[in-house]
Amino acid sequence: MADRSARRDLRPAGANAERMGEGAVKNLFRIYMEKPELAGVALLIALAVVFEMRSGGAFLSGDNLRGILGLLPEVGLVSIGVTILMIGGEFDLSVGSTFALTPMATSLLIIAGVPAFLAILLGLAIAAAIGFANGFITLTFGIPSFITTLGMLFIVRSLTVVISGGFPPLLPDDLNTSAFTQFVGPGGLFRASFIWFVAIALAASAMLSLSNLGNWIRATGGHLEAAGAMGVPARRVKLFCFMLCSTMAGFGGVIQVFRLHSPLPSIGDGLELQAVAAAVIGGTALTGGVGTVLGAIVGALLIRVIDNGLVMSQVDANWFKFAVGGLTIFAVVSNAWLRRTARRLRVEA
Amino acid sequence: MSAPLISVKEMHKWYAGVHALKGVNFDVRQREVVGLVGDNGAGKSTLIKILSGVHDPDKGEIYIEGEPVKIGSPKAAMRLGIETIYQDASMVPTMSIARNLFIGREPLWVALGGVGLIDHERMRRESMKALADVDLHLRSPDALLAELSGGQRQGVAIARAMHFKSRVLILDEPTNHLSVKETAKVLGFVRGLPAQGVTGILISHNLHHVFESCDRIVAMARGEIVFDKPVANTSIEEVQDYL
Repeated sequence: MADRSARRDLRPAGANAERMGEGAVKNLFRIYMEKPELAGVALLIALAVVFEMRSGGAFLSGDNLRGILGLLPEVGLVSIGVTILMIGGEFDLSVGSTFALTPMATSLLIIAGVPAFLAILLGLAIAAAIGFANGFITLTFGIPSFITTLGMLFIVRSLTVVISGGFPPLLPDDLNTSAFTQFVGPGGLFRASFIWFVAIALAASAMLSLSNLGNWIRATGGHLEAAGAMGVPARRVKLFCFMLCSTMAGFGGVIQVFRLHSPLPSIGDGLELQAVAAAVIGGTALTGGVGTVLGAIVGALLIRVIDNGLVMSQVDANWFKFAVGGLTIFAVVSNAWLRRTARRLRVEA
Repeated sequence: MSAPLISVKEMHKWYAGVHALKGVNFDVRQREVVGLVGDNGAGKSTLIKILSGVHDPDKGEIYIEGEPVKIGSPKAAMRLGIETIYQDASMVPTMSIARNLFIGREPLWVALGGVGLIDHERMRRESMKALADVDLHLRSPDALLAELSGGQRQGVAIARAMHFKSRVLILDEPTNHLSVKETAKVLGFVRGLPAQGVTGILISHNLHHVFESCDRIVAMARGEIVFDKPVANTSIEEVQDYL
């Protein structure tokens, strides 16, 4: 015993403290890898408290929450799609345009007399086709999806304006959109679209963590060569993610247009960047392989909360983009720092 | 004498005008460990990638126990009992040990068209057993690959190959980036493959490693096999003259 304690004394001062620091970083890294959305959740709670105090109790009132939650499904669906695609190792910048084209096509079909249900399905098929085109071009020509989908952003937006004829068409007055728009829940807190959103989010989350397909998506994004060498059909997995992402963006657009009752050709402008910001704030790694559906929702909710909370606490609303931008950079920097530090510790160990 | 386990006949491969394999004939007998050596660009990686289904040959045949086979994909190679451990590229660092062990071969509860729900309980149980079978005792099957040392990662890769009952284990530079102690452990494992009924092909730059753990040495240079002798009948100096 005496011998051991004597040896401990011979260590340079501070070695123990340093070791404890290393352990803390390793634990942080493990928590980040297993629950990447945790920091976002903490920030969400903190912001809710701050806004509640600054707004004198108005922020968490039923009326205000109804406003925040009513918009969440539309942006949230896009964020979930983008997050899953990012986990699979690719990007989609065309979701904002798909968000506009899908309901535009659906509305024109409804106006032309196609039953609403069928018109929605056809609209979503168009969205899936955009996703397929994104994936097919990216994978066949081996170019960054960042560029493919940037091109598609312009192409699809242009198509939306062209088929609208320049004027936003009006949905028929007798069109029943209650399956998406009516208020439900205690005190009418949610719109029906929220139930669709929760159901889709649960299904997406189950796919990602409980199914073999989810395992393949993570493997493909985490280490493409390894996934291929282990027999994962990486090309098909990526194509699936592209199509899923576009379809979810299209569905989000349909929900928004049913709420507004008119397909404006300009909706979803800039949404692609908000969705990427939401994914990253929710802990999705830009390098692929890491991320969760819950993280996407937390990220999207955080952006909505900042937007709304600034107004409610009477801060100039023009600071909104500043806050989202700062948060995005901070999320990526801390994520990169955690990875680098964890890697360095491992090499030394 | 029975047919060799693997027999490669007149294999050719071109990469964008480079003749990477020039009519290679290569046999591996049951339960032997072959050391495949050669300089960078000698063609050994190309040969291995064809055997593990990553690349298609442009010309030539492969026979397994005398039967002609086509190895069109990594999955096809695995079905034939050929497992490959690449120096770096067979594990996903951001995933758990259990998930890594079963990538592409997850045990499922229910499945429809090849997609289904993973039986996590079984996957974790079999992971621990697979690791214990290669004498690797890790904290938990849920630990991330990124948390393991290089040697432990190589151990997980070996556990995976052994768990799926491979007949042929191809190890591509398995001792790169490993400590001296971890290297000795991997080489000891390779040495013991025949006793477990498994045939091995070890690719290495290090002739000492090959002499320590293989029965036969095959050397490649400029896309051809230039040397092929049992370890007992040769020396490091002799092999070096051919490289």
